[in-house]
Amino acid sequence: MGRKRTVIALAALLAGALALSACGGGGGGGASGGGSDANTIKIGFMGDLTGENSGIVIPPRNGAKMAIDAYNATNPPKKIELVEYDSQGTPDQAVPLVTKAIQQDKIVGLIGPAFSGESKAADPVLEQGQIPSISPSATNPGLAQNGWKYFHRVVAADSAQGPALADFLVTAKSPKTAFVISDDQEYSVGLADAVEKQLKAKGVTVDRDQFAQAASDYSSSVAKIKAANPDVIFFGGYYSQGGRLLKQIRDAGVTALFATGDGSLDTGLIKGAGEQAAEGAIVGCPCAVPGATAAQGTLKEFYDKYKSTFNVEPAVYSTEGYDAATAFIKAVQAGNTTPDTINTFLATLSFAGVAKPVKFQPDGDVESTDIFVHEVKGGKIELLGNSKDAKLG
Amino acid sequence: MARPSSGVVRPDRALPGAPPPEAIRPVLTDIFQEFAQQIGPSTVGGLVIGSIYALVALGYTMVYGVLRLINFAHSEIFMIGTFATLFVLSLVDLPGPLSGFALIGMLLLLFVVAMAASGGSAILLELLAYRPLRKNNAPRLAALISAIGASLFLQELFALVVIPKVFGLPGRVDAAVPRVMDRDTVFTVFGTSVKTDQLVIVVAAVIMMVALDQLVSRTRIGRGIRATAQDPEAAVLMGVNIDTIVRLTFLLGGAMAGVAGVLYALEFENIRYNIGFLLGIKAFTAAVLGGIGNIRGALVGGVALGLVENWGAIFFGSQWKDVIAFVILVVVLLFRPTGILGESLQQARA
Repeated sequence: MGRKRTVIALAALLAGALALSACGGGGGGGASGGGSDANTIKIGFMGDLTGENSGIVIPPRNGAKMAIDAYNATNPPKKIELVEYDSQGTPDQAVPLVTKAIQQDKIVGLIGPAFSGESKAADPVLEQGQIPSISPSATNPGLAQNGWKYFHRVVAADSAQGPALADFLVTAKSPKTAFVISDDQEYSVGLADAVEKQLKAKGVTVDRDQFAQAASDYSSSVAKIKAANPDVIFFGGYYSQGGRLLKQIRDAGVTALFATGDGSLDTGLIKGAGEQAAEGAIVGCPCAVPGATAAQGTLKEFYDKYKSTFNVEPAVYSTEGYDAATAFIKAVQAGNTTPDTINTFLATLSFAGVAKPVKFQPDGDVESTDIFVHEVKGGKIELLGNSKDAKLG
Repeated sequence: MARPSSGVVRPDRALPGAPPPEAIRPVLTDIFQEFAQQIGPSTVGGLVIGSIYALVALGYTMVYGVLRLINFAHSEIFMIGTFATLFVLSLVDLPGPLSGFALIGMLLLLFVVAMAASGGSAILLELLAYRPLRKNNAPRLAALISAIGASLFLQELFALVVIPKVFGLPGRVDAAVPRVMDRDTVFTVFGTSVKTDQLVIVVAAVIMMVALDQLVSRTRIGRGIRATAQDPEAAVLMGVNIDTIVRLTFLLGGAMAGVAGVLYALEFENIRYNIGFLLGIKAFTAAVLGGIGNIRGALVGGVALGLVENWGAIFFGSQWKDVIAFVILVVVLLFRPTGILGESLQQARA
């Protein structure tokens, strides 16, 4: 009897292991099917593709896919294959995935990692493997200060976003008091610090609070905000926390203007807070998200193509994902197919991206520091314009 | 990064009656002022979340009392309660926030469905994850690992299957719960307004806990539970069916978590697959704080934890909430190793 049980257990284990490995093959390597034929080179895309904050990573993935599909459709001598890596936005998953991408999949460039925290952990591995990366959305200023030669981003850092948003708030609302709040993630604290510093420099009295990323009851923070009775509230963080926070703030009867940064530029902010509570919220971003009505010129063109391809409206960083892919495409078109020659090419590259010019500085930062402001109107996020001259309606 | 709580002197915000800020000691005045402004809403918020901790803590405490098992999957039983709420609400298609009898009827419906869903899941959990181990006299550690495994399994089951298939939503992001009750001010105490939702949560939680307490201390079933907690073998000799009692314990604990799930979903209106994780840890802490195995202890522990967290946040900032909670736990256990109320399920009044 005991013997028989052991056999059954072993068989079950084996079946389970087989099923698991089959799943693993399907999930991880699905995009790389087709293998390494001589006329295809691989570019990776890494970010939180299925996790809590995937809403701000799927759009740049779509943007990159759109650019690469269009390029492949021209039947070029070297086709590009986009390999996706789902890091869940966490450093501990990003590092092994980057190692796999370099050693096993032999990518020649990486679009991503999407977030700052995972970039900080994964970029040294890319640096060591000498693989050029272009992040569409990692905005922590510190990333460009490590002397990395293979790191690039097509988005302005928080050091530009924070002050620009603070200036916008001061011009638009002339607040006397402000409340700056964030969760405890690297991006969130960095952005909140930058905004707090600039607001103080402009003579605004600033109160500050911070909560744990995993928390969902913000009653103590809301009590602080109520007590401070601020003219404006700035939240540094991602949309899932932002939505919950905004709902609880409005439920407590606080009506002050709520402003936040690029991490919350997603309809998830509106879903989380509820349409009514979200109305009038200001969302800044180093990216411009073209909407149906406001878009003109190249933005309009991008909007139409994106909408017809994916059947959804462009969202945060979709244009940046597109620009990052375009930079790699231009490198390949110029005949560069190894990581090193691509990296050298990127240093001198200069082209007009969808929303802003793309030219990399020696530290990997993009030269343009334009910040764009969006407002929640009737359940939609509408582009107000460049933070320097945007006006509140 | 640790940041002290906001400390900006704003003389114009002094409370009527409070000394002018420049008086005796500006710093002390400032702290006092901040405390006075925040204590009201912080206390209400602490009571609300504390009631939810307490309801979830009951499940931990009862299962521990009877089986000496820490049922880590209990946090997922709570999560199932929140999704049962969403399920009902997605079926009925609310016209808008309810009030009066419609609200009471809706609450009762939600409680019944969520208690059935959570209680049923808890029984199933016991049947699949714990009973086989118990039958084979497996060491307690094996049951603990089984509990952790069941917890992860349920989380992923919801993230990968239930939420996408049943609700048609992305599995790992917040799902929005429609508003069931308006947040009108019911009454005001010391300048702090108490809203409908907050009152409903605290009242519902207290009613549930009193009912459970009476059930355990007064009925035949309750006597069986207490007997099993005291000495399982003697209980069997006295004619108690242990399997039935264990199943009942899981059912009752699960039903309480279901109620907690409804209250949580109605209050915070955002739920997700791993929502039970942090809340489960806090509820377990509350159970230990109050005295694990003790039903009244769960109430005391839950409310104490909710209040202390929020009060601590006034002085140190909300980022210290979790740290404060566990410092308090350690300090209490140093002086009272069995928790605040100490005594356990088996010694409850017969």
